Amino acid sequence: MSDLLRQLLMLPDPASEAAREIDVLHFVVLGTTLVGFLAVACVTAWWLWRYRRRGDRPTERVTGSRRLELSIGGALLTLFVGWWVVGFLQYLDLQDAPEGAEEIYVTGKQWMWKFAWPSGRAVVGVLPVPVDRDVRLVLTSRDVVHSFFVPALRMKQDALPGRFTRLDFRADRLGTYPVYCAEYCGQSHARMGATVVVLSAEDYADWVAGRTPATLVPLLKGREVPDVAAEGGLAAEGRRVMQRVGCLACHSLDGSPSVGPTLLGLYGSEVELQGGERVVADSDYLTRALRDPNGQIVAGYDPVMPSFEEQLSAEERVAIFEALRALGDEEAP
Amino acid sequence: MSGRTPDAKAADTGLKAWLTTRDHKRIGIMFLVATTAAMALGGVFALLLRLELLMPGETIVDPMTYNRLFTLHGVTMVWLFMIPVIPSGFGNYLLPIMIGARDVAFPRLNLASFYIYLVGAAITLAGMYFGAADTGWTFYVPYSTTSAAALVPVLLGVFTLGWSSVLTGINFIATVHTMRTEGLGWMRMPLFVWTVYGTSIIQVLVTPVLGMALMLIGFDRLLDWGIFDPARGGDPVLYQHLFWFYSHPAVYIMILPAMGVISDVVCAFARKNPFSYEAIVWSTMGITFVGLLTWGHHMFTAGMSTFGAGAFGILSMLVAIFSAIKVFTWVGTLYKGSIALDTPLLYVLAFLFLFIFGGMTGVAVATTSLDVHWHDTYFVVAHFHFIMVGGTISAFLAALHYWLPKLSGRRYPERLGRLGAAGVFVGFNLTFVPQFLLGNRGMPRRYFDYPPAMHTLNAISTVGSWVLGASMLFIASYLLRSLLRGEPAGDNPWGAAGFEWRTSSPPPVHNWTGEPPFERGAYDYTEGSPALEGARDE
Ligand code: HEC
Ligand SMILES: [Cu+2]
Ligand SMILES: [Cu+2]
Repeated sequence: MSDLLRQLLMLPDPASEAAREIDVLHFVVLGTTLVGFLAVACVTAWWLWRYRRRGDRPTERVTGSRRLELSIGGALLTLFVGWWVVGFLQYLDLQDAPEGAEEIYVTGKQWMWKFAWPSGRAVVGVLPVPVDRDVRLVLTSRDVVHSFFVPALRMKQDALPGRFTRLDFRADRLGTYPVYCAEYCGQSHARMGATVVVLSAEDYADWVAGRTPATLVPLLKGREVPDVAAEGGLAAEGRRVMQRVGCLACHSLDGSPSVGPTLLGLYGSEVELQGGERVVADSDYLTRALRDPNGQIVAGYDPVMPSFEEQLSAEERVAIFEALRALGDEEAP
Repeated sequence: MSGRTPDAKAADTGLKAWLTTRDHKRIGIMFLVATTAAMALGGVFALLLRLELLMPGETIVDPMTYNRLFTLHGVTMVWLFMIPVIPSGFGNYLLPIMIGARDVAFPRLNLASFYIYLVGAAITLAGMYFGAADTGWTFYVPYSTTSAAALVPVLLGVFTLGWSSVLTGINFIATVHTMRTEGLGWMRMPLFVWTVYGTSIIQVLVTPVLGMALMLIGFDRLLDWGIFDPARGGDPVLYQHLFWFYSHPAVYIMILPAMGVISDVVCAFARKNPFSYEAIVWSTMGITFVGLLTWGHHMFTAGMSTFGAGAFGILSMLVAIFSAIKVFTWVGTLYKGSIALDTPLLYVLAFLFLFIFGGMTGVAVATTSLDVHWHDTYFVVAHFHFIMVGGTISAFLAALHYWLPKLSGRRYPERLGRLGAAGVFVGFNLTFVPQFLLGNRGMPRRYFDYPPAMHTLNAISTVGSWVLGASMLFIASYLLRSLLRGEPAGDNPWGAAGFEWRTSSPPPVHNWTGEPPFERGAYDYTEGSPALEGARDE
């Protein structure tokens, strides 16, 4: 039944359970619309015929009862709110990949998508992901707003310059699925595509480790796949960037005190801000800390951290971000 | 009151007399001519866009030209046609008559707002032509602050058009408040007046925000302020909030007056009072104010908070209820009526059916989880064209046919009218129904190219656009002919009870000779209604 409807409505085959659930809501909404439309159309047609004009006669004054109107309005409102509840719950569900989701960095730039793995793997235009595992894409953009859209997953998320946004999913069908850019971004907007490749667990592990599983060979042909893995992965790259731009002048990575708080063990810990507010240093917090350092001051420190927004490219920010995440798992000696 | 416009000058038909007129009727007609020309222009851009999409791959235009064309199409249709056409065109002509006034409250300002429109339109179009803006009508940053095209002229043009919109709004609000004839209480006003009044409130409230947002882009470009530049702590999403704070209510600027037209036309052709006058009035006011609070539903995937997404979603559902109430009221009006299926009513039916789908798909895209898939795809394109073309243009055509005798004293050929309406309906559905399916499939908007698998649907849509275009041409040709050589209509060819039909067609310079005869209501078709006396049977 669902498959038939999907074909009629030209929906692409879904590649996740969430997509299938969204389709069901889609069918319900569409079905209700059709039923409502037919009801209105039938009544209208009947009255058009029944009360067609026969000569210039006056008509009697008819006014609807307020009761009737309120009850129709109320019924519809209930229906709409019902959709809203279901839709909103689904939306919330889409947003929370559990701890331990596989994180992959996505950088949009005119006009391509670049993907980077904590292991140091990076490639343009092809996104291998593991089947039956939660995946969290961390998106950003190097220039203008783009939007990462995978119809088979019924998912899209804008990639914004200077910010990290997230897109969570769990694909459950092997295969390749097209990606489009859905936010207008200039000349080749229509050609800013990519391919999601859902791989088996083994193949995916191979890919992350720096090997190329057979399924990927044709897709990767002609693409540059730099082997950063040899240099210690994305986190190591992030440390190098931090060293270069001067973060380490004020921050230590080993727990020792400095002008600013140590970055060791920061990620995931609880931070007390000036004014007594306590927040968890999650990815949102770190994003803000880098974007607007003086927007939230850590208790006991001076607001002296400069903004690095103009110096850091999207890729460098991704690397720093990953380094901070990796440091979060380590304990002070 | 009569000292306002010197009679002799007002009756003069020379070009100069027209260009310096302060008569709301002439200003209304000038607006109608200008906005209809803009619609034709926007339509040509649309046909070119569809032609490029007839086949996959790059065919008649290169990608950049395509991007400029959809920008032109959007900007022209939204600001040069949809926003002003019904309020500034028909509203200007009819609103004072419908409240028994002799002109608007500020006739000079009214003329000024026409000239501001012309200047704004000229700057916009010239700016587009020479500047080659390619941002889409949404001007999203940071693309718009960094793109190579010259954008400032277009921003200036749209900014100027905003002034016209605000001035007309203020004028109408003042007119409705102060110039209703003796004994015409608020709850006796024609529904068209109510909707234009609601529209005016929205225009005055939100247009300045658009002006401000566009100005900020201008400053970013010219003075390098960096307000929206993330590298300097600016926020691109802030722009989206500002833009949609105007542009969502702008949808109601475009559709509310259309709903007013529909309300009046349905009563005239069913010869019945509205099923519930109060329901239409209160839902109009509901849309006016709740519509101000729903803009965030355009940004569910822009990284907004989940709380925000939920709140904007539910508020959008609330606005939909007001529209649904109107639909039921229009259908209910047919009950026990005396219905003539003339062209204007055919457009009302088209409006009803298209609006139900447009509205329900609106509720669908306001449902957060569904929107994540549909946002920025052809589904959304189809949805808003159902509202804008299926709704506003249907109402515009209904109004043109219904009030043509009022404006010109002549009739259009009924048979051709019905044929045209059928053509528009068929062409419209052929064009836009496939776009829903394309959206489901995942075709994003603003694409000059698409995967070959999406070819069939795109081709059908393009053929539909030809049918729609040809029907519009056909309608334009017989209407123009009727204007010059149509059968004389008499004062009230429809036997309509609306106040505007209680003076001659076209009305005298000051609308009324003597006191406006408003004792019987604008929707009174009961025994002894004066409307039925002059009616002619067909
Ligand atoms: C001039 C010294 C200085 C430099 C250079 C500097 N910071 Fe900071 N940073 C601080 C200070 C002081 C604080 C604490 C006050 C505050 O929250 O702004 C801080 C806070 C932070 C925090 C929040 C820490 C917490 O415990 O919550 C992060 C994350 C951070 N910095 C990252 C960086 C990164 C990454 C760089 C390099 C790109 C950098 N900083 C460069 C001085 C500096
Ligand atoms: Cu893009
Ligand atoms: Cu909206």
